[in-house]
Amino acid sequence: MSATVTAPPPSQPSAPPPPARPVPTRPRGGRLRRWLGNGLVQAFLAVVGLVWITPVAGLLLSSLRSANDNAASGWWTALTGPGQLSLDNYTALLGNAGITRAFWNTVLISVPTTVLVVVLAALAGYAFAWLEFPGRDWIFLAVVALLVVPVQVGLLPVAKLFGQLGLFGTIPGVVLFHVAYGLPFAVFLLRNYFADIPREMLEAARMDGGGEWRIFTRLVLPVGRPAIASLAIFQFLWVWNDMLVALLFADSSSQPLTVELQSQVRQFGSNIDVLAPGAFLSLIVPVVVFFAFQRHFVQGVMAGSVK
Amino acid sequence: MTTLTTSVGAAGPRRRAQRRRRAIAVAFVLPALLLLGALVVYPVLFSVGRSFFDAAGTRFVGGENYAEMFRDPATLTAIRNSAIWVVVAPTLLTGLGLILAVLVEKVRWATAFKLLLFMPMAVSFLAAGIIFRLAYEEDPDKGVLNAAVVGVHDVFEDGSSYPTARPREDQGLRKAPDGSYGTAEAVSPGSAVTLGLVGVPPKEMPAEAKPASSAKAAADEVRGVVYLDFTPGGGGRPGVIDAAERGLPGMAVEAVRDGGTVATATTAADGSFRFAGLADGTYTVKLPAANFAPPYEGVSWLGPALVTPAIIGAYLWIWTGFAMVLIGAGLSSLPRDALEAARMDGASEWQVFRRITVPLLAPVLTVVFVTLVINVMKVFDLIYIIAPGPVQEDATVLATQMWLVSFGGGNNQGLGSALGVLLLLLVIPAMVFNVRRFRRSQS
Repeated sequence: MSATVTAPPPSQPSAPPPPARPVPTRPRGGRLRRWLGNGLVQAFLAVVGLVWITPVAGLLLSSLRSANDNAASGWWTALTGPGQLSLDNYTALLGNAGITRAFWNTVLISVPTTVLVVVLAALAGYAFAWLEFPGRDWIFLAVVALLVVPVQVGLLPVAKLFGQLGLFGTIPGVVLFHVAYGLPFAVFLLRNYFADIPREMLEAARMDGGGEWRIFTRLVLPVGRPAIASLAIFQFLWVWNDMLVALLFADSSSQPLTVELQSQVRQFGSNIDVLAPGAFLSLIVPVVVFFAFQRHFVQGVMAGSVK
Repeated sequence: MTTLTTSVGAAGPRRRAQRRRRAIAVAFVLPALLLLGALVVYPVLFSVGRSFFDAAGTRFVGGENYAEMFRDPATLTAIRNSAIWVVVAPTLLTGLGLILAVLVEKVRWATAFKLLLFMPMAVSFLAAGIIFRLAYEEDPDKGVLNAAVVGVHDVFEDGSSYPTARPREDQGLRKAPDGSYGTAEAVSPGSAVTLGLVGVPPKEMPAEAKPASSAKAAADEVRGVVYLDFTPGGGGRPGVIDAAERGLPGMAVEAVRDGGTVATATTAADGSFRFAGLADGTYTVKLPAANFAPPYEGVSWLGPALVTPAIIGAYLWIWTGFAMVLIGAGLSSLPRDALEAARMDGASEWQVFRRITVPLLAPVLTVVFVTLVINVMKVFDLIYIIAPGPVQEDATVLATQMWLVSFGGGNNQGLGSALGVLLLLLVIPAMVFNVRRFRRSQS
């Protein structure tokens, strides 16, 4: 994954376009064509950008219009008639007990999952990289092999298992399922990152009489911070945005925002004043994370895409 | 003796220290391994076993569930759609990502563009699904895509028509079987006709419509006016042009003689029209059916025929930024000298792209493609959300079908497990490729 892990973060300006160097050997028509060509490129990319932003603009503007306006006309009429826009839908949404509970459930599912995945994977990753125990390399290979397992395969058996344990329909159940399916990739990523720590560094720490726990918390975790940050962001995003797992494992009191909104999609058209602001509420958190941690975000998503 | 005791005494603590180190190592890995064993390894084995049993799980049926997958029409649709997804989406995404990655290097606002295109990766499939349900709304007054399609369509074809207009009873117009209206009585040159229609709601009257007026016709022409024979607020007389009554502009009118059209005209803003230079004889003035055709309503994006391409479109919106950034990273590691040298030798941008950039990027393109195949295979939420209820069976893929069969009413957990295992088997080759590459790049 070298190509991706070394990807230049988009926050850094990429190489500036080649300056208009004097190229004496080239006929003058060439420069004109180049200039025209660049104009075309800019126009094309501007159109693509517009196409990309329009659907989100549609969601945002729809979420700010009343049910009657949405039933009568398209959201783009708000561009010329800004009087349609108000925060009423959001006020109503915050007063909607189902939605607010679902929002907190989303937080209660995604934050513990992220913490657990990072902690368990860091512990295991360190052991796989630097500690001796029988069958270490074979077990690690088996963990890597588990990367292939799609969550779909686990749904049915784990549902039965959770049913017997009384975890079905609870937040801890959803969290445990997410943690288990997040672990193979997390262990894989962190083991590979920790394995690159110079041996001398660890040995020096052991010579100083540091126990494994001390070495782990004082040396390995700080050195592994970039990989841990990317992993945490990827994992948080994955769970925050999940619908499938929660659709099965959460009941109506533990369901996250995605499931709550999904149950309302059936009446699509009559309830845009709930769906549009709800969807916006669900996407604003990851988008803020995206803009706040662009670098780790891009690297996390890129690395996680092997899943 | 002394040496012996020391060596024995040293071996004990060393072995104890080793045992202690192992115990610590096991304590580090055990929590992760327990979870993986209980919630991943055991379920895989269970699913494989379960796939050989019937719906209730009581009778061993061997490979029957796997044979059933290729007989059951719904599952066959899912397999066919999955094949379409796996071929079309990664191909389009890789191509689009490549083109954009190459082009974006040429502009100053590359960073902003990359951020914008990458942003949908942060958005859940649910939110993206709702976003595109809005965009694909069929009514062109609500769905932005159909609004654009109808707008473009109406630029090329005259959109001015009156689907609801009709004449009053017994006011001189007769309906023909083809939906057109003609004058009941013959018209000869030198005369003027007034054609009153009703049934056009006020908000559908064209803005340019002016008060209707009729004029006298010269000897060799037929003049006339098509107007809305209705006075808002009441008080109008049927069959007579009242002061507040407006013409219907843009209406096609034909002069018909012996069954053949000899002249055509379009009504002006005040609804008037004129056929000049007509030979003597009798004519019928006809309003062709096209005037009353229902307006073009755009494309049924989420109908059975287009639902899969439409959802793939939403998927492109989410993943193009990913392909572009990944390919862009590969692009920035290409040897600049080779590209510049080719340009100095007079190679055109297209030649540089085709002969140098693409071949050098081939490994990165493969990575992008394979990664997308894995992810496309598992697409579930987007289809579940975007495809409206009745169309869901036309849009279904393996991942959604597995859900429907196991939990969504089908309740056949034998077949559901078999579908899950099939999904696992299909993902394995792509996965092995990716893990190998990851390990190579790490070492």
